[in-house]
Amino acid sequence: MDAKLHVSPSPHLKGNLSTRGIMLDVIIALCPAAIAACVIFGLRSLVLIAVCVATCVLLEYISRKIMKRDTTIGDLSAVVTGLLLALNLPVDINPLIAMFGCLIAIVVVKQMFGGIGMNFVNPALAARIVLLVSFPSAMMHWVPALGAPQAAAIDATTAATPLAAAPGVYSYVDLLIGRCGGSIGEVCAAALILGGVYLVIRRVISPIIPCVYLGTAAVMSLIVGLDPLYQLLSGGLLLGAIFMATDYTTSPVTKWGKVIFAVGCGFFSILLRAYSNMPEGVSFSILLMNILVPLIERATVPRTLGFVKKKKGAEK
Amino acid sequence: MAELSFPKRPYRTKGGVHAPHNKHTAHKESVVMPAPAMVALPMTQHIGVPCKPIVKVGETVDVGQQIAGSDAFVSAPIHASVSGKVKKIDKITMPDGSRVDAIFIESDGEMRLSPEIKPPKVDSLSDLLTAVRNSGLVGLGGAGFPASVKLNIPADKNVDTLIINVAECEPYITSDHREILENSWDVVSGIITVKEFLDIHRVIIGIEDNKPDAIKALREIADSSVDPKDEIRVLPIKASYPQGAEKILIKACTGREVPVGGLPSDAGCLVMNVGSIAFLARYLKTGIPLISRRLTVDGGCIANPVNVIAPIGTPIKDVIEFVGGYKEPPYKLIMGGPMMGISLPNDELFILKQNNAILALSEKEARDYTPSACIRCGKCLDACPMRLQPLELANAANRGDIDGLNFYHAMNCMECGCCSFICPAKRHLVQNIRLGKALMQKAKREAIAAKDKGGKK
Repeated sequence: MDAKLHVSPSPHLKGNLSTRGIMLDVIIALCPAAIAACVIFGLRSLVLIAVCVATCVLLEYISRKIMKRDTTIGDLSAVVTGLLLALNLPVDINPLIAMFGCLIAIVVVKQMFGGIGMNFVNPALAARIVLLVSFPSAMMHWVPALGAPQAAAIDATTAATPLAAAPGVYSYVDLLIGRCGGSIGEVCAAALILGGVYLVIRRVISPIIPCVYLGTAAVMSLIVGLDPLYQLLSGGLLLGAIFMATDYTTSPVTKWGKVIFAVGCGFFSILLRAYSNMPEGVSFSILLMNILVPLIERATVPRTLGFVKKKKGAEK
Repeated sequence: MAELSFPKRPYRTKGGVHAPHNKHTAHKESVVMPAPAMVALPMTQHIGVPCKPIVKVGETVDVGQQIAGSDAFVSAPIHASVSGKVKKIDKITMPDGSRVDAIFIESDGEMRLSPEIKPPKVDSLSDLLTAVRNSGLVGLGGAGFPASVKLNIPADKNVDTLIINVAECEPYITSDHREILENSWDVVSGIITVKEFLDIHRVIIGIEDNKPDAIKALREIADSSVDPKDEIRVLPIKASYPQGAEKILIKACTGREVPVGGLPSDAGCLVMNVGSIAFLARYLKTGIPLISRRLTVDGGCIANPVNVIAPIGTPIKDVIEFVGGYKEPPYKLIMGGPMMGISLPNDELFILKQNNAILALSEKEARDYTPSACIRCGKCLDACPMRLQPLELANAANRGDIDGLNFYHAMNCMECGCCSFICPAKRHLVQNIRLGKALMQKAKREAIAAKDKGGKK
């Protein structure tokens, strides 16, 4: 035998999963929401999505080059960040503001902390909050959606989001199919749920975080006297619960960690919605829980097979 | 003592991965390999103290004649697998990289049986243990733990269950599967011997449900009159890697957990590989010690995958030539299974006692990937059968963080490789954890050394 053999420690077989494949699944899962955005707000949504995705990928490429590190745009994570950020913006936002958001997400939050897997908060979410604080009026200017109820219109070009609108303006069906004001990706609840089901079936995400998040939010709504179903279907709650809170890097890896994390997200989301002077609380609550992830993980180390807790007073 | 019940279905085990089964050789009759021109028998073919040669260069030996042994408790003697002349005793490099002495025997092609061979007389447990020791038997499933030590259960341990390991969860390997189909009576007679002498009244044969023909064959015998009290039952378990790992199999068969750092006997179980138990039965009948074994020769580069019964010490090259050679130059040559086996630097090494497979894998099958950054997907946690956190362990190992390794129970890792298999970023998780475990042992040794030094002052 002349050919040289490869030698390496076991295992010698590898599974078929890849980072790129997972990211591709997330992109596929976001497609219904993106398509719904184009239908509801017109093709301007598609332009916004294209701007954000292209900027994110470009910035990722440039920042890796400047830092003299391997290019990572092939793993598609920058595409996911761009797509998520776009879905979190109002349709008529100035593209420059959107691009500034991409800069915050990719360069400041993601690459400066070491790139994929190292960011301590969700890049798209952090960028959204920076934009919300920096450009409040642009970020909360909602154009009327296709077929939205007349009563929701504030004037010819502005509509109220379900959370700011008077009770009774939007029906559950309006919320489900996206006949309401809001960020382009958050309005159509049905599309988001479809994407979430896809992710769970493909085993990209575990259903623990979305289910516990939504469950906690529903219970909290009852406690503070809000309509649970209306709260779940409106605003960014579904987008947050299915796509933001389940971000691998910024959510716990342990099972009970996921539960604690999701309970915290649900609790703070509704608390902020009910009592803060901002209409929306999802971004802030997920961001807050992101920061707590290392502590939650440390407290929820799973019991290894055969591990017996030493009883107090037992002999050594 | 409470009556032991048999589980109707296996207990739930966590984790594991769905590695491709690739059991191409399951339905092919094993072929017996004739004596090769030369065999080499290394002095360590078991866990424990290496043997010392008791033959001299130039001496003529017969098949089954003991050629090396040791007085140590944890050891197993080595017997000549061919008849012929001892050519040389020289150091060879083992698959794990260690250098050990090996006895090279030039075969005279006669395969002349040693006149000393006769069936052992076994009337008591101590007779059985002596016989097992003399047979040179080690765990044939891959670990190579001397069987005489395993069967010698300390008096303070209450072992009530014998588990026969036929999970054979590693891809490609079918040597245990063929053992059952070809020698099912040996398996059952070995079980009966062990259970009588050790006074065990519950025998569970744990077998993966991807071998329906073997399950049927074993059930037919176990349900017959050879087992009147119905103390031997076959338990099909889910076909998933690593169901055959000792601790996982005990959990699946009995619901018990082996304590961290403990042995199967701490959970009241004795686990034996099916090949070992069948060999034991044959040895008691014929007295021929462990001189040959069945191993699977497979992989994308092997022209004719099949199980071979080869004399121990046969050069791997000869075995592969015997089955028809390579179809294409192999990318990796593996001794053992693809999940836990050792990749070999060349095919000039020799078949060992515990060697259950030789796999010549193509690049398509055993491709190496460049690892990328951890995305913290947590799939390694879901895959870990020991419920550890491989990503944290690998990180701690990379940092050289002994406290971190301890905190996440690195020593409970059995190195099955599920984490590295599943990782979408293709990170070398189990490889790093192995290094971490070595670091921990080094730190422990240093701590003991420092303490001894302190004591002398």
